[in-house]
Amino acid sequence: MDYQTILSKRVQQVKPSGIRKFFDIANEMEGVISLGVGEPDFKTPFAIRAEGIRTLERGKTWYSANAGLMELRTEICRYLERRFGLSYEPKSDVFVTVGGSEAIDLCLRALVDPGEEVLIPEPSFVCYTPLVEMIGGVPVPIETKAENQFRLTKEELLEKVTDKTKVLVLPYPNNPTGGVMRKEHLEEIAEVLRERNIMVLSDEIYAELTYNGKHVSIASIEGMKERTVVVNGFSKAYAMTGWRLGYAAGPAPVIKQMVKIHQFAIMCAPTTSQYAAVEALRNGDESIEKMATEYNMRRRLIVNEFNRLGLPTFEPEGAFYIFPCIKSTGLTSEEFCEKLLFSQKVAVVPGTAFGNSGEGFIRVSYSYSVNHILEAVERIRKFLETL
Amino acid sequence: MNQLIRLLEENSRLTNAQLAVMLGTTEEDVAQQISRYEAEGILIGYTAVVDQERLDKEYVEAYIELRVTPQRDHGFEEIATRVAAYDEVKDVYLMSGGYDLAVIVTGTNFKDIAMFVAKRLSTLDSVVSTATHFLLKRYKEHGVLIDHTELDERSV
Repeated sequence: MDYQTILSKRVQQVKPSGIRKFFDIANEMEGVISLGVGEPDFKTPFAIRAEGIRTLERGKTWYSANAGLMELRTEICRYLERRFGLSYEPKSDVFVTVGGSEAIDLCLRALVDPGEEVLIPEPSFVCYTPLVEMIGGVPVPIETKAENQFRLTKEELLEKVTDKTKVLVLPYPNNPTGGVMRKEHLEEIAEVLRERNIMVLSDEIYAELTYNGKHVSIASIEGMKERTVVVNGFSKAYAMTGWRLGYAAGPAPVIKQMVKIHQFAIMCAPTTSQYAAVEALRNGDESIEKMATEYNMRRRLIVNEFNRLGLPTFEPEGAFYIFPCIKSTGLTSEEFCEKLLFSQKVAVVPGTAFGNSGEGFIRVSYSYSVNHILEAVERIRKFLETL
Repeated sequence: MNQLIRLLEENSRLTNAQLAVMLGTTEEDVAQQISRYEAEGILIGYTAVVDQERLDKEYVEAYIELRVTPQRDHGFEEIATRVAAYDEVKDVYLMSGGYDLAVIVTGTNFKDIAMFVAKRLSTLDSVVSTATHFLLKRYKEHGVLIDHTELDERSV
């Protein structure tokens, strides 16, 4: 069979993720120390795991409602109110997805017709562009700048808005840069959007990992709730990546269409995970804070260490990544990562995996123990001495 | 709990400079806090967590329950201090419940420890009875899981 002619052209044209390429090499090597992963090193707090186990023992193994357990949707709404001052109706405004990723996909599919444009600030997580491409939409990257700590500015946004603009993806706190948008920055963006028919897909999966202040959702800004779909989930805040559980909250007509796709494509998110998530939302605030405190200490340590290495690193205020600038080495991001991997066996991700504006930067995760981080820093120091 | 103490409990080899960065304070402040905790007897030592069995095959530890008659005026202090004076004794605790003192004794073999208990501890005037339990396997020490090299299963 000639699969190239069989396979969808659109799918074949989508580029594979730039994160994977390096890791496939790294996985084959012995003694690699990684600062590469994008998931918490904490295990899911045991009370949450125990709740999953308990429901399995009781045989609660059925499908749930398409939109998710009502109990869970109610808790999600309480959580959004309690933590971010957002008010949503459990029945109509919220539904449960297979990770934040599914919610992102569904939101784009529910909003974007072929040929319509989706604005994507970059550097950002690898999924937005391919997902837009697969529905025939046109991804329009907005290159954010290091001097603005990779925030999206009003000017950058205005430059890219056209008649065809349908959605603005707002990925803050940001993976890979660790950049955040504070209230005043969101106000600027809201000013542009309030007078236009552009929806915001606000990917707030790292909301709980915001340092030096609390996360602000754009949906809480005047006039923005009606034009925003908030995507969030349990993976990062509660260290529940493998449970695959997220959710979307937004205007009822949008959520209704998203649930329709979800119903046909997925049925419902894993029921065991949903029960566990109810426990997470009811009793997990303390666990969140404990983990966030831990990340915060590592964050300060690693930023300091990288600056001491002579790789300028701005202080990221969200997520669990730093985004050091490696331009002083004269290497491209890819070269830097490749050489570092082969000479000192340290795995980090080239900034270019997250968009062209990531050139000259690398993504370094601090979702590791302090000793692990210090060992990796030592190896990078040795690597830099050989350049 | 105090974050500085928590960090030191986990890894007392972090430098003051590293601790200061992690806590968002200055090196001087960390040094001052540590001196104060030391002076107040809150930080009483810095130690390594060792898997003794791996280091030294000839290492035995036993947990001894001592029932003692408390002495007028001195209570348990005198006997506890006396027991604690032996080099073989690693830890001594006053307990509630069925016995009074928990004593952890180390030695090179079972017999050594049994003899130590028979000769040194049970002969003390106020000791009423002893019960010796040998430690067979350690699973967790100072919060560290032993012999438990957990692989990072996250895809790199």
